Amino acid sequence: MSIDTETARKVAHLARIRVEEERLPGLAQEFSAILGFIEELNEVDVKGVEPMVSVSPMRLKRRKDVVTDGNRQEEILANAPDAREGFFAVPKVVE
Amino acid sequence: MMTDALNTLTIHEARDKLRAGEITAAELTEACLSAIEAAGALNAFVHPTPEIARAQAKAADERLRASEEAPALTGIPLGIKDLFCTKGVPSQAASAILDGFRPGYESTVTQNLWDAGAVMLGKLNMDEFAMGSSNETSTYGPAVSPWRRAGDDTPLSPGGSSGGSAAAVAAGLCLGATGTDTGGSIRQPAAFTGITGIKPTYGRCSRWGIIAFASSLDQAGPMTRDVRDAAIMLAAMCGPDDKDSTCADLPVPDFEAALTGDIRGKKIGIPREYRLDGMPEEIENLWQQGAEMLRDAGAEIVDISLPHTKYALPAYYVIAPAEASSNLARYDGVRYGHRARLEAGEGIVEMYEKTRAEGFGDEVQRRVMVGTYVLSAGFYDAYYNRARRVRALIKRDFEQVFAEGVEAILTPATPSAAFGIGEMADADPVKMYLNDVFTVTVNLAGLPGISLPAGLDAQGLPLGLQLIGRPWEEGDLLNIAQALETRAAFVARPAKWW
Repeated sequence: MSIDTETARKVAHLARIRVEEERLPGLAQEFSAILGFIEELNEVDVKGVEPMVSVSPMRLKRRKDVVTDGNRQEEILANAPDAREGFFAVPKVVE
Repeated sequence: MMTDALNTLTIHEARDKLRAGEITAAELTEACLSAIEAAGALNAFVHPTPEIARAQAKAADERLRASEEAPALTGIPLGIKDLFCTKGVPSQAASAILDGFRPGYESTVTQNLWDAGAVMLGKLNMDEFAMGSSNETSTYGPAVSPWRRAGDDTPLSPGGSSGGSAAAVAAGLCLGATGTDTGGSIRQPAAFTGITGIKPTYGRCSRWGIIAFASSLDQAGPMTRDVRDAAIMLAAMCGPDDKDSTCADLPVPDFEAALTGDIRGKKIGIPREYRLDGMPEEIENLWQQGAEMLRDAGAEIVDISLPHTKYALPAYYVIAPAEASSNLARYDGVRYGHRARLEAGEGIVEMYEKTRAEGFGDEVQRRVMVGTYVLSAGFYDAYYNRARRVRALIKRDFEQVFAEGVEAILTPATPSAAFGIGEMADADPVKMYLNDVFTVTVNLAGLPGISLPAGLDAQGLPLGLQLIGRPWEEGDLLNIAQALETRAAFVARPAKWW
């Protein structure tokens, strides 16, 4: 399947990655090449085969639903590009 | 012994000398730190941690003096791939988006290594977010292989994504290093640099604290100078962990004790689908020689078929980007790392989009967008679910041959020897992806796989063979690998130019 510039623009937005207008046609071409490669999968007969969920047949481990950690506000905010008064700060979201 | 040679010891040699009191952990660590300082041209260590190393070496020497029962890795200096979170030390997956990030916690695998007495020399270069096969997508610039073609000083790629780990171990900057492997990222660089690397069974090592790429495929493993070292280091890295629900609750076998050297009667499969059109004759010959060596050791060599092999790469290039697009959604400029500078009037959507455009390199952007596309409404079934169905068939291929009594599978590790840095720059992305053609099936099926050096090509560069084992049978796999290692007798080392 070939990807057009419009689709490339839409995918970039969905992925929240800014792509400059002049780069879109090149990107669309790269996507098309990769998807062309992926389309070999259409040759495989997958009738009756369930999509794999986990490589090992083990059941995921469970633990008690209890608090095991916490009270690390300072540590958690230490890496934030902008933290104020105990919160992560971001540009205004609601007018 | 001269101190400047200590850094080239194997882990088991150093362990024995430390225990015998012939050397100290402090001397061993200093030898590695000097080697690292002199190896700037390799760009392998990107965040050296000499202060931590010296403190850990001092503690190791005290531990060695106090007890004869000190754990296996006491005083052994290691390098850590930048993908592992190490407390208070930069851990940025070779990405600009994690500039300045210093985790407040330690990954389970590295904690296990420190608990076993190991010494951290620093963080190692890699492809950004482990996406690449050449270490060229790193924000630190490419790591450089210590190997060169005969009579030619073109800088070569150490492979990727664990390229810094491979270069460091091959050049004697550390005794071993951690790697991670999502599609071949331990085994391909190991093959390119003449060292040994094992990706264990999915779930053997905890993934907690390892920056995630594709969660259903990622596994950590050791990169070392020989098979015995791989056995020692793997045993220290793995084990159950409550912090990773996919980490197996299985006891860790004594992998070193499994190295008996006896592989008589073992059935080793040679999969016909791994014979590719246009494969260099040297690789084909090496593969045949490997089979001969195993036969010489008493193994029974059988031809097998893994019919869905050719669909492994396309399935991988749906599943891995899909999981990556989801895992990498967390890099939004809010909680850690880089945030883009905003113009007046720009809001939160612009903040996300500019931050991610500035912070992610081209290959990461490409994979995140491909992943976003294959998961988007209307395509989920056609791409993602189909790929997961094909993945089930690839796993079934392996289960069938194991059910017929095959205990391990021998294949080439890579379709070529190392290439030059920049040589693949003009190729389309799919050509770079072909590097993983022999290794990626193993991740899709969750199996253990080991790459070990088996010969040199006409230009004097190392070539590797891969052995694939049954789930949870790393001990048996390592034993077969050692039988091959003994017969291949690979002793070549890169001539020092750096």
